Amino acid sequence: MARVLLFGRLRDIAGWRERDFAPAERMSALKALIRAVDASLADAIEGPGVQAAVDKALARGDVSLSPNAEVAFLPAMSGG
Amino acid sequence: MIRLATQPFDPGAELNAFSADRTVTGAVASFLGIARGEAGQPVALELEAYPGFTEQAIAIFVETAIDRFGLQDAAVVHRVGPIASGEPIVLVLTASPHRREALQACDYLMDYLKSRAPFWKKEHGPNGVARWIEPTGRDLSDIERWG
Repeated sequence: MARVLLFGRLRDIAGWRERDFAPAERMSALKALIRAVDASLADAIEGPGVQAAVDKALARGDVSLSPNAEVAFLPAMSGG
Repeated sequence: MIRLATQPFDPGAELNAFSADRTVTGAVASFLGIARGEAGQPVALELEAYPGFTEQAIAIFVETAIDRFGLQDAAVVHRVGPIASGEPIVLVLTASPHRREALQACDYLMDYLKSRAPFWKKEHGPNGVARWIEPTGRDLSDIERWG
């Protein structure tokens, strides 16, 4: 299972913080799975300023994912 | 040492522990940030971190500060979760042989924490209105001072 984590306003949009999705081979496939259950969340994830982290490291573009990847979507960071 | 604290922490105890047994340190500088809120409001703000990822990012700022200013040591304690007005939110501690480097490194670390640290901040305003906030223009221009 791919574990998806949401932060900041993304969590409010989705109404959850953490959820398991079927394994996806690439980031684009995972985003398609997210879109299938929540289009407004998928739009927000594609929006400006949102970064993705795979297994706690920032990842750009359509990266490949391991079957048990932890994928976090990070809106613009506010600083402390 | 980098710590995300889910409960209020004691800045004096942290400073004492950090300063103990330093026979070759001439200066320990500290910065304490306090959650500022409106009177009578139970919660000033709520900070969300990504455990593991957030500490890693702060560790890079700390290592950079140690190299840049020739520090002997540095520590960051940062609150996460709901924080009431008046509670300490962040403590930065730096140790060096002389005061200038310790003070500058404190200032540097705060600028990085305020603008670049992976936190998501929700401010609770009057009438129960809450909003997610992003770094201010001032936070972003402060960091440019360090080149």
